[in-house]
Amino acid sequence: MSEIQVHATEWNRQDFPVAAKELLENSQTRKNVQHATNVIQAKRNKVVAELPDWEDLREAGAQVRAHTLRHLDYYLTQFEENCTRAGGHVHWASDATEANRIILGLVQQHQAKEVIKIKTMTSEEIGLNAHLEAHGVQPIETDLAELIIQLGKDRPSHFVAPALHVNKEQVREMFKREMHLPDLGDQPVDLATAARNYLREKYLRIKVAISGGNFLIADTGGMCILESEGNGRMCLTLPDVLISIVGIEKVIPSFRDLEIFLQTVPRSATGERMNPYNSTWCGVHPGDGPKEFHVVLLDNGRSPILADKEARQTLQCVRCAACLNVCPVYHQTGGHAYESVYAGPIGAILTPQLHSMEEGRSLPYASSLCGACYQVCPVKINIPEVLIHLRGKVVREDQATFAGKFSLWNIGMQAAAFLLKDASRLAMAERVGQVGQKVLVSKNGFIEWMPLMLSGWTQTRDLKAMPAQSFRDWWAQEKAPYADKSKRSGTISNG
Amino acid sequence: MRVSLFITCYNDALFPETGKAVVRVLERLGLEIEFRPEQTCCGQMHWNTGYLREAVPIIRHFVSVYRDAETVVIPSSSCVSMMRDHYLKAAEMAGDAKLVAEIESLLPRIYEFSEFLVRKLGIEDVGASYPHKVTYHASCHSMRSLHLGDIPIRLLKQVRGLDLQPIQNMQECCGFGGTFSIKNPDVSSAMLADKVRCVLNTGAEVCTAVDNSCLMHLYGSLHRQRTFVRTAHIAEILASGHEAEARS
Repeated sequence: MSEIQVHATEWNRQDFPVAAKELLENSQTRKNVQHATNVIQAKRNKVVAELPDWEDLREAGAQVRAHTLRHLDYYLTQFEENCTRAGGHVHWASDATEANRIILGLVQQHQAKEVIKIKTMTSEEIGLNAHLEAHGVQPIETDLAELIIQLGKDRPSHFVAPALHVNKEQVREMFKREMHLPDLGDQPVDLATAARNYLREKYLRIKVAISGGNFLIADTGGMCILESEGNGRMCLTLPDVLISIVGIEKVIPSFRDLEIFLQTVPRSATGERMNPYNSTWCGVHPGDGPKEFHVVLLDNGRSPILADKEARQTLQCVRCAACLNVCPVYHQTGGHAYESVYAGPIGAILTPQLHSMEEGRSLPYASSLCGACYQVCPVKINIPEVLIHLRGKVVREDQATFAGKFSLWNIGMQAAAFLLKDASRLAMAERVGQVGQKVLVSKNGFIEWMPLMLSGWTQTRDLKAMPAQSFRDWWAQEKAPYADKSKRSGTISNG
Repeated sequence: MRVSLFITCYNDALFPETGKAVVRVLERLGLEIEFRPEQTCCGQMHWNTGYLREAVPIIRHFVSVYRDAETVVIPSSSCVSMMRDHYLKAAEMAGDAKLVAEIESLLPRIYEFSEFLVRKLGIEDVGASYPHKVTYHASCHSMRSLHLGDIPIRLLKQVRGLDLQPIQNMQECCGFGGTFSIKNPDVSSAMLADKVRCVLNTGAEVCTAVDNSCLMHLYGSLHRQRTFVRTAHIAEILASGHEAEARS
């Protein structure tokens, strides 16, 4: 359990509004995040616009993913059978502890002191690196961004571009320090060369590789990984042993389904028509690639999500991060504000659910519900709808506690619900507001300060005072007696 | 056609001028307008904040007030999107089959104000005149839920004397999001700052939208900074001008 605790202290340290405030004050990070997301977003829009059947592809992707989730037991078993037949070994891990134990066991079986890794957020999710290090195994990240994170002792802020929050000058300073390269140049080619020199001998020497996976393919028992740098291809082909850690939701029924996702995922993720490296493999083949192949199928809180009809679509996610790049909240804060391996809109719905709503409870509220995430999602996850559903869970659970029941929020919302059930109550509340607001209204006719939970609003915004007459009173006075003869439009009973 | 106006709770209390403007525009077009005083709220604030059970009686009340209405016009795209996107779900959650049926029957008779003018009536020129430099803020719900597209722009382009200035990053949210701006005031303020910068860059005197909620948020900052840029609901612009007065 200790490794999980290590992991838990790294993430979920504070609520979103608190973490976000810290990041908002970091102008360098905000600039990096906004620049990077704007660039990816512009590329994405351009290549998506090239496809006349984009909306059909989204629909097809959504249907395939939803269908698979409804029959997940069937497709996972089919994958296991076919993968085993092809010479792979399938392991089932119900949680992070079990997955870490399985992977460490496999690494130790081969007496490996080092492993090379392809970028995998699932390994971040289970805290694999910390677990391996604690047992004397050094994991080496080979994805450039993950290498930057690892050497910089940083945390990923984006699950496609984990180091999106740092710029090349910051990378240069860190490489100079960590790789002992005092004369390192400042051009991208200098940095890429430094990383290449650092990594190349490791690919050739280290015998165990760890990867995640974009897709598990049920009808062949194969796997698929999309990447841009070729580091993945080397990790998948050079070592003797390959261990892939993959969430159970990543399965698709057939090889042919890749037809959809290989069009939608690269366009959504990096704004490319096709990823530079698309690796698919199936089991082991003598004289070609790893001699031993293991897949660890990870549940770690996914099954309960599957059981929730409203929220199940969360698991349709193909981790393209298009929702992060388009999100106006993510633009302001970057990924670290979410205090979660999975940031952005999808992180805001996935993280609290993976933790049975015990952690990340502020995340469903970290959205203005603008709907941009849903609009770009290549598998049509209605993120705003799920956010609201999860807010509903948070509210219901809070109401079951003494503190929640008597919180200002709950009292205020209950009072508002009472008033809005009946027009005469609402009209009376308006009258009370028109008079009562006078203690808050400044000489200029604006409310410039509000108390308690409303105080944040007026820190940056003025609120125009309520006019003396509501629309309903105007209508009753000016219109009702003349314009409208129907009996409905009399004045309000007690108005 | 008999049009029933649902003013919405916040317009009723905070923006009565918008309601009066809607009445003026529709009356000029020769429509008969009714206002059902039993109306209250669409339930959006409760629903979106997670008070789902509490929203149901408010939704039920709305449906009971309008179930027999011929046409309902609402000067707020976010309230209309609440109805179109969430009412059926709420009724299903409440396990109320009768409410589901009533909502299914009522929804096709509900229109956002600009949508009603262009899609239902087929009118783009309402005879207004508004000799000001104006920029249009596209609210999230108008774009991504109601798919209004360029409907509000088409209406504004027909207004005499109106100098319409395009705004940068039109698709990006202003950061209001109802209780989002209260629960996350700092992030909301940062989003607002970006949006206000875009508004100011247009050089417009007036920023308009189909939602007073966004405009309240934008004006909150425009006023705090003493920019002297005003906001006005699109109905208020469409109700302006002598030419229009002469026509009525």
